[in-house]
Amino acid sequence: MPSPSSNGDTATRSPARADTETAGATAIAVRGLAKDFAGTRALDGIDLDIRPGELLALLGPSGSGKTTLLRAIAGLEPLSAGTVHFGGEDATALRVQDRKVGFVFQHYALFRHMSVADNIAYGLAVRPRALRPPRAEIRRRVEDLLELVQLPGIGQRFPGQLSGGQRQRVALARALAVEPRVLLLDEPFGALDAQVRKDLRRWLRDIHHRTGHTTVFVTHDQEEAVELADRVAILNRGRLEQVGSPDDVLDRPANAFVAGFVGQAVRLDVTVADGVVRAGGIGLGPAPAGATSGPAALFLRSGDVSVVAAGAGTTTGTVTANTRSAASRRLEIRLADDLPQIEAEVPLDRAVARSETVALTIRTGRLFPLVG
Amino acid sequence: MSDVSRATFRSPLQESLAVRWLLILVAVAFLALVVLLPLAAVFSEALRKGPEAALAAFDDEATWSAVTLTLTVAAITVPANLVFGVAAAWAIAKFEFPGKSLLITLIDLPFSVSPVVSGLVFVLVFGSHGLLGPLLSAWNIKIIFALPGIVLATTFVTLPFIARELIPLMQEQGTAEEEAALTLGASGLKAFLTVTLPNIRWALLYGVLLCNARAMGEFGAVAVVSGHIRGLTNTMPLHVEILYNEYNFVGAFAVAALLALLALVTLGAKSLLEWRYGDALAGKSRH
Repeated sequence: MPSPSSNGDTATRSPARADTETAGATAIAVRGLAKDFAGTRALDGIDLDIRPGELLALLGPSGSGKTTLLRAIAGLEPLSAGTVHFGGEDATALRVQDRKVGFVFQHYALFRHMSVADNIAYGLAVRPRALRPPRAEIRRRVEDLLELVQLPGIGQRFPGQLSGGQRQRVALARALAVEPRVLLLDEPFGALDAQVRKDLRRWLRDIHHRTGHTTVFVTHDQEEAVELADRVAILNRGRLEQVGSPDDVLDRPANAFVAGFVGQAVRLDVTVADGVVRAGGIGLGPAPAGATSGPAALFLRSGDVSVVAAGAGTTTGTVTANTRSAASRRLEIRLADDLPQIEAEVPLDRAVARSETVALTIRTGRLFPLVG
Repeated sequence: MSDVSRATFRSPLQESLAVRWLLILVAVAFLALVVLLPLAAVFSEALRKGPEAALAAFDDEATWSAVTLTLTVAAITVPANLVFGVAAAWAIAKFEFPGKSLLITLIDLPFSVSPVVSGLVFVLVFGSHGLLGPLLSAWNIKIIFALPGIVLATTFVTLPFIARELIPLMQEQGTAEEEAALTLGASGLKAFLTVTLPNIRWALLYGVLLCNARAMGEFGAVAVVSGHIRGLTNTMPLHVEILYNEYNFVGAFAVAALLALLALVTLGAKSLLEWRYGDALAGKSRH
């Protein structure tokens, strides 16, 4: 028997707090999102605001929950807790069909029995008759999209006859055909070889500029994330570690995980005492102002280590390898036997022999105290 | 120098000529003995007293009734197993649920149980002294020794064919294409009809053909539940046996030949479709 009190359900569905919070300049607002898989927590308390028109990378090691987060935004993954808003509208209870997201799957998931044109037209062709564009209009849209993804004239081919890069473009065209509110890409370049990857990166950036879609893509490749994205969200074990511009995450990492995961840094376990950073008893240099004493992790990139005139540096090291790159020489340097080797770059005209001892100045900026 | 080495070089995967011929001969001899010879015997026995004698076997009410019954049973069984097979394969391949491995085992059960036992089970359940016997006779419903019993027994025996054909394929295909269809706005039913079904059509056709061949040819389970009422509950395989036991060899082999012919037509249709749509079939496994 339905009772009048069942009205109470609708009243509690959209809390006013969330509505005011997400109003304004957010395309996607994720609040307190959690997801459990058979007792393990894949996502834990994710809060993330994605701005209109931005290109955001979800970056993390495998198993960090980045794909689960993307699928949760799309509505492909039921949530254990939390809400998802699109442009201020609560989409948490919306079915995937009604969320109007464009999703590009990792292995593209093109319909293998349909031609490229039918694949792209699918989202328009399955609409109810009243909302479906006329056939000529659909055909024109398909041609426009093939033009946009730079594959004109392949509409009659089948997915099995395309290269990986071409399938990727068709998958993007198919997702764009329904004029999605947001574009979500799961490891868009994961299955491609290095050269195609580089080309497609540039191409995706270009398409994003031209179409202006709010775009979120998942990647495990930090180079790809910082090269392509306006902002990078770094996930680890189901939690957001940092959200920021490429400059932020590279130069101002929020914690030791981020410092270790982006920027190809070497991690040294150090101790800070009396304003000096020491590793294995060797003094590396003065500690940055305000550094707390005690054990810490120091992350060094090649730019942090400079080879200076003999006697001038803060420490010394032995060159173990000397490799040539296009514009400089890369040195591998051993500070002590039980420490990881660090890297430095020197100009081409600086001749360095292997096993030579060099004086070094080390920038100790990326220093994170170890707690516990 | 290089000519010499090329002449004597043999692919590491290739045996010598003698071994190859021996293996081919063994295979052909085995096939001839086990498949071709019996098949030829059926037709030659049927035509031993001339085509007129063979055709005379069909000038008989009971024979036509057997042909009609067999086609009726197949016409009910195959669609029923089609629906069940697609539904079961879909559930098993695309979803995780408790009891999944039990369901897979149950689907395989008819393969591992002797058909006679399968028939007997239905007698024990629906027969006049069976579990539901009193209830059925009170309602005046006849299942054993009637069409429903034959259909039930045949459905049971042919249950795995379509599901077994579909499960590995659907598992390999995964759920990504269906998910893509949903993100593009398709309803669940529409995604099933426009994406899932076209992707499995070839395996489905193959399963249907196998299921149909077995449904028409099933003997053991049907023999138990049919009651051998001539002109009423005799299917073609049962009719062949009766004619044979009555020393009507020409008649028995004529009906058997028709049964074999139906199977050959089925296989021919499958080969024709494979030849006609071979590219699409190859495309299925290419990506």
